[in-house]
Amino acid sequence: MRKGLNRHIGIFLLLKSVRMATLLVAICFISFLLIKNSPIDPIQAYIGADLLKVGPEQREKIAEYWGLDQPVMVQFFNWGSALLTGDLGTSMIYRRPVAEIISERFLNSFVLMITAWLLSGIIGFAMGVISAMKKDTWVDKFIKWYCYTLASTPTFWLGLLMLIVFAVWLGWFPIGLGVPAGVLAEDVTIADRINHLILPAITLSVVGVANVALHTRQKLIDVLASDYVLFARARGEYGFGLFWRHGLRNVALPAITLQFAAFSELFGGAVLAEQVFSYPGLGQATVEAGLRGDVPLLLGLVICSALFVFIGNLIADLIYYVLDPRIREGRMI
Amino acid sequence: MSILEVEDLSISFKQYTRGLKQKHHHVITSLNVTLEAGEILAVVGASGSGKSLLAHAILGILPSNASMSGTIKYAGDELTAARQMALRGKEIALVPQSVNYLDPLMRVGAQVRTSVKQGDAALAQRKVFERYHLQSDVENMYPFQLSGGMARRTLLSTAMVSEANVIIADEPTPGLDPVVILEALHDFRELADNGCAVMLITHDIESALKIADKIAVFYAGTTVEVAPVDDFFGNGEALRHPYSKALWRALPQNDFVPIRGSQPHPSALPAGCLFEPRCEKVTLECRQARPEMRNLRNGMVRCIHAT
Repeated sequence: MRKGLNRHIGIFLLLKSVRMATLLVAICFISFLLIKNSPIDPIQAYIGADLLKVGPEQREKIAEYWGLDQPVMVQFFNWGSALLTGDLGTSMIYRRPVAEIISERFLNSFVLMITAWLLSGIIGFAMGVISAMKKDTWVDKFIKWYCYTLASTPTFWLGLLMLIVFAVWLGWFPIGLGVPAGVLAEDVTIADRINHLILPAITLSVVGVANVALHTRQKLIDVLASDYVLFARARGEYGFGLFWRHGLRNVALPAITLQFAAFSELFGGAVLAEQVFSYPGLGQATVEAGLRGDVPLLLGLVICSALFVFIGNLIADLIYYVLDPRIREGRMI
Repeated sequence: MSILEVEDLSISFKQYTRGLKQKHHHVITSLNVTLEAGEILAVVGASGSGKSLLAHAILGILPSNASMSGTIKYAGDELTAARQMALRGKEIALVPQSVNYLDPLMRVGAQVRTSVKQGDAALAQRKVFERYHLQSDVENMYPFQLSGGMARRTLLSTAMVSEANVIIADEPTPGLDPVVILEALHDFRELADNGCAVMLITHDIESALKIADKIAVFYAGTTVEVAPVDDFFGNGEALRHPYSKALWRALPQNDFVPIRGSQPHPSALPAGCLFEPRCEKVTLECRQARPEMRNLRNGMVRCIHAT
C-alpha cells in the first residue's frame, strides 16, 4: 500500500515540476518583454543624476557593454542562458549580485510572512469555529462584522494606523526598519529583530484572518448540518466532543489548503506592509527595483515570487494527497 | 406497558415568505403511535409524509426552527429534552438510511466503537462485525470504501453495540439488492425476538409485511390506521381506513389501481379529515372536524365511517 502511494506521489511531483518549468519559462519571457517595452531606460536608471555628464558616445558604450544594442530575442537568450547557470546578474541599485540580495531579503521576508501566516491561520480558524458553533448569536455577528470590515481594509492603511497608534502614540514598538538604526550589525540582537517584526507581522495577520475565518465558518455550518453530524447527535454525542470528533477533521483539511493557497495574497500583502514599515524584505526590494528600473533585480524577484506562490499551491495539493483518505486510498482501489 | 408512546404529536416549521409574513408548515399533525418490546412496528407511507421527522422527534434531534407539541413517553415517563439527551444512543438508537450518515474522514471501526456505551469497545466492535460477516479489514476502511451491503451492516452494528432497547430504523433498505434487503429484515426480526422494540420506517410495504407485527399507515403527517400485519390480505377488506385500502390495492401484485389526487401540502392542510379531498366515502361531517383516533377490531383507525 505504501509503495503504491509513493509511486503516485512520485508521478504527481514529476507532472508538477514539468508544469512549474513551463510556467517559469513563460513568466520569464513575459516579464522580460514587459520590462523591455516599459518606459524605463536601463541606462538612464543606471546613470541617474549624472545623466548630463554622460555623452552619447558613452551611452552607446554602456549599451554595448550590457548588450542592449542587440535584438530583444538575443538579449532574452543571453539573460536566460546566464539564468540557467545560476547567474541572476548584478543589481544596478545595490551594485551586488541579485542572488545575494534576494537570499538576504528573502530571509527577512520569510520570517515576517511565516509569522503572519501562522498567526492568521490559527486565529482565523479559531474565529471561524467559534462563529459557526455560536451561529446567529452576537458572538457570530461580531466576528462576521469584523471579518467583512477587515476584508475590505487596505493593508497599507492598516499599517499606517498601527504605526500611529502603537509606535507614535504609545511608543511600544520602533517605527519601521528591520533593525535599530545606529547600531553596528554585529551588535543587533535577536530581541531587536523580533521587536521590529511584531508590528508588520500583526498588520499582515490581522488582515489575513478574514478569509480563513469566513471560510471555516461556512464550512463548519455545512458540516454541522450534515447527515453524519445528525447521526452522531442521535448516538448521544454533543457540544465540544462532537466538534472535536467529527467537525475538526472535516473542516481543518480545506482550511489548511486554503491557507497554503493564500501564499500569493500573503506575498502581495507583504509588499505593501514592508513598504509602510520600511522593513527590509523582498516586498520593499520589489518596489524599489520597479521604481528605479533595476531590471535584473526585478526579474530575479519575479522568478522568486513565482516560485514561492507555486510551492504554496503545490503544498496545498500535496496535503490533500497525503491527508484525505478519499484521495489517498481511493486511488489504490 | 408500551415502551414508547407517542401521543398527539404535532410538528410544524415556521417559514418567512414575504417580508415578515410567517407561514406554518404542519408536517406532522396529531400523530399517535405505540411501540412494544419484542415487536416490530412498521411505519409505512409515501415520501414526504413526515416519517423521518417522527424518528428525529423521538430522538430529540429536530432542527432548531421546528416547533413540536404533544407528548412522547419512554417506559411510562415523559421524554423531556434532557432525558432524550441522556437516552439517545444508549437506550434509543437510530439506524440511518445511508452511508452518508457516517463521518467520511473516520474509519468505520472507530465509528462503531463510539457507540459502545459500556465494556470493552474494541471487543464489542469485533464481535458485532463477526456476527454480521464483516471481515476484520473492514474496521480500517473509510465509509467511501464500503459497498451498499457493508454500509448497511456497519450502520446496523452501531445500533447493535449500543445495546439499546428501542431501535428506530429510518428507511434502512432503499437502493439495496433483494438479497441484502432480506438479510436486513432478518436482522431486525432477530433484534425484536431478543426483546428489542423496533420501529421500521419505510415506504416499502411488501418488505415491511414480511417481518412486522403491526403496520402503522402514515398519511400527510398523521397515522390513519394501525393494523395487525394479518389484516393485509385479499382486497384489503380487513383494513379499516379508506387510504390503507387504496394503498393496498395500488400495489402491483394486487389490483394496481392508483389513488386519484395527491397528498396535501403541509402548508395547506384541509380543515377536516386529512384524507377527505381524495376519499370516496366523504360526507359533510368529514369536512367539519378532524376525526379522532379510535380503537377498532384489534387495531386503530382515524375515520368516522370505518367499521
